[in-house]
Amino acid sequence: MAEQVLMTALSPTMEEGTIVAWNKKEGSTVSAGEVLCEVETDKATMDYESTQEGVLLKIIKGDGSTAKVGETIAILGDEGEDVSDLELSAEKPAQDTTTGRADTATPTSAEPSTPPAVTESAGAQISGGAAKASPLARKMAVDRGIDIAQVPGSGPAGRIVKRDVEQLVPGVASPVGAAGAAEKSGPASMQPGENITIPVAGARAVIARRLGESKFSAPHYYLKSSVRMGSALAARKQLNNELPEKVGFNAFLMKFVAEALKRHPGINASWQGDHILQFGSIDIGLAVDRGNGLITPIVRNCGNRGVVDIDRELKMLIAKADEGKLKPSEYTGATFTISNLGSFGVQEFTAIINPPGSAILAVGRIAKTVLVGDGDELEVAQVMKMTISCDHRVIDGVAGGRFIHELKRIIESPVRVLF
Amino acid sequence: MAEISIREALNQALDEEMARDERVFLLGEEVGEYNGAYKISRGLLDKYGSPRVLDTPIAELGFTGLAVGAATVGLRPVVEWMTFNFSLLAIDQVINNAAKMRHMSGGQLNVPIVFRGPNGPAEYLSSQHSQALQSLFVHIPGLKVASFSTPYDAKGILKSAIRDDNPVVLIESEMAYSWTGEVPEEEYLVPLGKADIKRSGSDITLISYSKPVRMVLRAADELAKIGVDAEVIDLRSLRPLDEDAIYESVRKTNRAVVIDESWPTASFGSHVAWLVSRNCFDILDAQVELVSSEDVPMPYNHRMELHVQPTVEKVVAAAKQVLYME
Repeated sequence: MAEQVLMTALSPTMEEGTIVAWNKKEGSTVSAGEVLCEVETDKATMDYESTQEGVLLKIIKGDGSTAKVGETIAILGDEGEDVSDLELSAEKPAQDTTTGRADTATPTSAEPSTPPAVTESAGAQISGGAAKASPLARKMAVDRGIDIAQVPGSGPAGRIVKRDVEQLVPGVASPVGAAGAAEKSGPASMQPGENITIPVAGARAVIARRLGESKFSAPHYYLKSSVRMGSALAARKQLNNELPEKVGFNAFLMKFVAEALKRHPGINASWQGDHILQFGSIDIGLAVDRGNGLITPIVRNCGNRGVVDIDRELKMLIAKADEGKLKPSEYTGATFTISNLGSFGVQEFTAIINPPGSAILAVGRIAKTVLVGDGDELEVAQVMKMTISCDHRVIDGVAGGRFIHELKRIIESPVRVLF
Repeated sequence: MAEISIREALNQALDEEMARDERVFLLGEEVGEYNGAYKISRGLLDKYGSPRVLDTPIAELGFTGLAVGAATVGLRPVVEWMTFNFSLLAIDQVINNAAKMRHMSGGQLNVPIVFRGPNGPAEYLSSQHSQALQSLFVHIPGLKVASFSTPYDAKGILKSAIRDDNPVVLIESEMAYSWTGEVPEEEYLVPLGKADIKRSGSDITLISYSKPVRMVLRAADELAKIGVDAEVIDLRSLRPLDEDAIYESVRKTNRAVVIDESWPTASFGSHVAWLVSRNCFDILDAQVELVSSEDVPMPYNHRMELHVQPTVEKVVAAAKQVLYME
């Protein structure tokens, strides 16, 4: 019986892949394990091996086409089989592309640009195949967009169990790589001074690529400002006295930044090559450490939300991040980002812009500082240093200066958000 | 709260219900003059007199049938079987009359009756007197089946069983009659159909009922020593079964072991294991394990007698299997 060959997640972070070239032509026979096509993922170009055997009846995504994970790229079956039903279903809109279910496919650009001289064969379905896995592990893999067949199993007879999937959360170096590293460096060879090779995969590769691109293509400049924190801390204390659950400091920062962005919408924008995109929604990401790599959960539409609401969502997202359960939609597309290293005692620092946003705010610790007043009197005050990094292609120095001045004034006098 | 034994808790339940409702009466072998083979009915003959506490001949089918008849015409009998091994002689009355009358009369006849007595292995009793026969009764639609592992539950469940308008089979344990625990002075009921979390935990769900619950709690203590936080569910009611309590726990732990002192084949424990396998399929990280008695008649040799029953070691081993610790 004919089956759809789906684009599978060839890496934990892959959301779509580009078919570089088909190695099989329509009509060719394919056996399991043979390479159907080469797929360029977010990390590398990889061979797509067939998990099934049969005849490649139809190529739906030709050379150069891009397919989202879960989209049908070809149909495999017995020779002469009628595949019109499957072709039709491949053209229907995907019901849920994130889970990569076998019955989903997306409607757009399904036409192969040039059906190449190559055919294809079967594809690994995201949770199908012969991999032995506990039902829970399978469900977790689907939820996280991981191809279960690529998870090494540690249970009896290689069964893939919960802990195996947990170790392979998107954005964390895969245990395949980690195991490989241990083998390469050798268990007994950990002599002092010996170099250790750490394979780059998953989140580490994504962080490296994205931040490298940002730093090397976006012309960064930096504006620093010192902020008196007395009023903001008092406001937080006052609010928390009236609430059953305390609102975190980062939620306040997000709210203050959102208010400043509302007044300076030009900062909430993105460089798009031939145009600048000014975002309609203020979606603020917060850089969070997960031990193995950084992730930025995003609170959407901060401009229209109160600080309690922001705090609740932020806590929920951070809890999900800790469990590795953040969906791509929850950590991609921040229009502005905040990075707070104050809890590590960092006084001040500069951060790399997190695309597609054009600015990132780096926040240092709050510390008692001696200030000199207008009449040369000395005053001890709680002061926080913050630095904004701006993409000069989008934000000129004066615009950036106006924004950080506005932000400073709002934090120093939170009542300004009422203005 | 007073600390009393299960024996005293059951006695209090009978006493309170007989005082509350004069339709309630107790019958069975030696329940009157001898105060019961296990002294559950101590003092009741003196207090309520012979029509309400009835010593019967050694004829289980006869007195069980008499009680079922009495229930259909409006009395509320409590039948004491000296042990469940002797219930086999009476089981035709239970299955064919008590369980069926309401259905076959189109609801015109109720059978408000309690069948109770010690079930399961005690010690040094060999094959014919060491049987856990609850699966025979749980199998039958029309019956309710309940159990307990503490004095509190024993009293509250027996009182609910006596007040229930359906036939209720209450499985007890000779070994557990002397177990003690706190029971409030004021009146209370424990509803049929509700399980109880006897120990709360997050790593694995241990499901049991009746006498083995205490052993399972010791197994949970052993598991805690190796860093495993086990949740122990005392089902209490076998039919109706509190499935929600089981699934809620497994949602948290992703793994389950069922402990049942009956034999493994077509048993109540295997039924629960199947329910969990089926209804928790997508949230299970391992197969559901069943720790039961070995599939043999009970040996008389004491070491073998203990060896064929569920033990702490067997529960810990099963837990380690589903935790992938072995």
